[in-house]
Amino acid sequence: MNAGALAMRKSPEARPAPAASVALATAADSMLYLDGVSVSFDGFKALNNLSLTVDRGELRTVIGPNGAGKTTMMDIVTGKTKPDSGVVLFDNNVDLTRLDETAIANLGIGRKFQKPTVFENLSVFENLELALKGERRIWRALLARLCGEDRERVAETLAAIGLADRAQEAAGALSHGQKQWLEIGMLLVQDQQLLLLDEPVAGMTDHETRQTAELILGLAGTRTVVVVEHDMEFVRSLGARVTVLHEGSVLAEGSIDHVQNDSRVIEVYLGR
Amino acid sequence: MWGYAGILSLGHGAFFALGGYCMGMYLMRQIGTRGVYGNPELPDFMVFLNWKELPWYWYGFDSFAFAALMAILVPGVLAFVFSWFAFRSRVTGVYLSIITQALTFALMLAFFRNDMGFGGNNGLTDFKDILGFEVQAPETRLGLYVASIVALGLSFLVCRFIVASRLGRVLLALRDAESRVRFLGYSVTNAKLFAFTVSAMLAGLAGALYVPQVGIINPSEFSPANSIEIAIWVAVGGRGTLVGAVLGAGLVNWFKTWLTGAAPEVWLFFLGALFILVTLAMPAGVVGLVRRLRLRRAQRAAA
Repeated sequence: MNAGALAMRKSPEARPAPAASVALATAADSMLYLDGVSVSFDGFKALNNLSLTVDRGELRTVIGPNGAGKTTMMDIVTGKTKPDSGVVLFDNNVDLTRLDETAIANLGIGRKFQKPTVFENLSVFENLELALKGERRIWRALLARLCGEDRERVAETLAAIGLADRAQEAAGALSHGQKQWLEIGMLLVQDQQLLLLDEPVAGMTDHETRQTAELILGLAGTRTVVVVEHDMEFVRSLGARVTVLHEGSVLAEGSIDHVQNDSRVIEVYLGR
Repeated sequence: MWGYAGILSLGHGAFFALGGYCMGMYLMRQIGTRGVYGNPELPDFMVFLNWKELPWYWYGFDSFAFAALMAILVPGVLAFVFSWFAFRSRVTGVYLSIITQALTFALMLAFFRNDMGFGGNNGLTDFKDILGFEVQAPETRLGLYVASIVALGLSFLVCRFIVASRLGRVLLALRDAESRVRFLGYSVTNAKLFAFTVSAMLAGLAGALYVPQVGIINPSEFSPANSIEIAIWVAVGGRGTLVGAVLGAGLVNWFKTWLTGAAPEVWLFFLGALFILVTLAMPAGVVGLVRRLRLRRAQRAAA
């Protein structure tokens, strides 16, 4: 795995950190800011006054029992679901509740679905080609050609996700774990600033899980990553700040040891 | 559009018929004083209906270039507006197929009305000449035939270009995982809009070539059955391949000519049976079958 090299090769303009605004930035340098977000489906409160802040460059893990609102939170951030109330801000100033999925994706927010979603009938290479950062207008796509830099970028990503020797195969032929990697690779080649990964190691072998942890850790610092996961060992291996969701709001937050010793968390996970 | 982007339209007959009507209007204007009533300005059916002057939407159709342009533009604009509403509201799958059927059915009812000014249920016919050549003359028929083949070739190249482009891969991706395309930042609405509009324009072109060759255009061309037949051509030939669409159209129509001559009453049953058979037995159509056989032969040769 070569995630570090890839993460390092980020375009300079993508990370605005002018020296003059450093003082201001440290006060409220959040990449993702949710405040008092509620949404209900047919009377069921999927999110109940959820407030959550993720800093720029932070790696955050979100855990919680089924139905805690983890996936709904991602739906809200990516524009798939509109909240009934509350504030959702990206990069301190963009109101995400007003935008649709396409606009949000073009802002720099990428998402990996719980069920790996790749284009099964296209080759691995073509999957990454479509995800390449750049022009998204339909007319341009009609005439788009790959330049050398694009090819290089795809090749680097292929190496990072360990699929370099399978580039020409149909994505549908990949194993479950490889599809997960390809989907993460699509977010990387898209050069997204905020990555939302819904259960990235579901269905992976222990070995693959370790490789995925390395890949994600290699991104830390340069990109903001939010990981939703059930696998506690994997969460521990990431060593990041953990947010525990329960019944649509935050139950506890802190290091993995902190939340695992929290009496309310134990109660939720182990039953009373 | 169906095979690549996964959009099944059962209303493309409407765009075909609209293109046909545009060409029909030109041919009507060319009749001049040779009509039954000998009116230099008005087509026969308008004289018959006691109309005093040409309705505004007939203006310009005495020019071949204008009519030819309209035969492509009118279906294109209608398809654009119609599919913009449909795709923006994220109407997909079978629901989209149903509203395209509704579109062609509604147009059929509208064109049946005499006061629409398109000849009611008789449609437009009695054509005399096209670009100064007599429509019935064998030389003209040959010319039209050649024009059709050239148009088919050009359309094929245009489609090939689209399919081979990155946009073609976006369309293919859309069929597999629409939400992923959206989260990659492509506008799913615009991509579908493009495919739908281009294919409607091609259908309009086909309609414009069809009318001078058969000598009549009437509202039955809008009938939903026609549109379904188009979809069956594609299914028989092979979805998701351009050659398949051409092959299917040729094959089914050859069968149709033969069978409607031999036993006209069973044709529709046969068409239905054919569709079910193809869907069940060879989902990739004739092209898929050929590919499979070729693969098997290659494997046998290797073994």
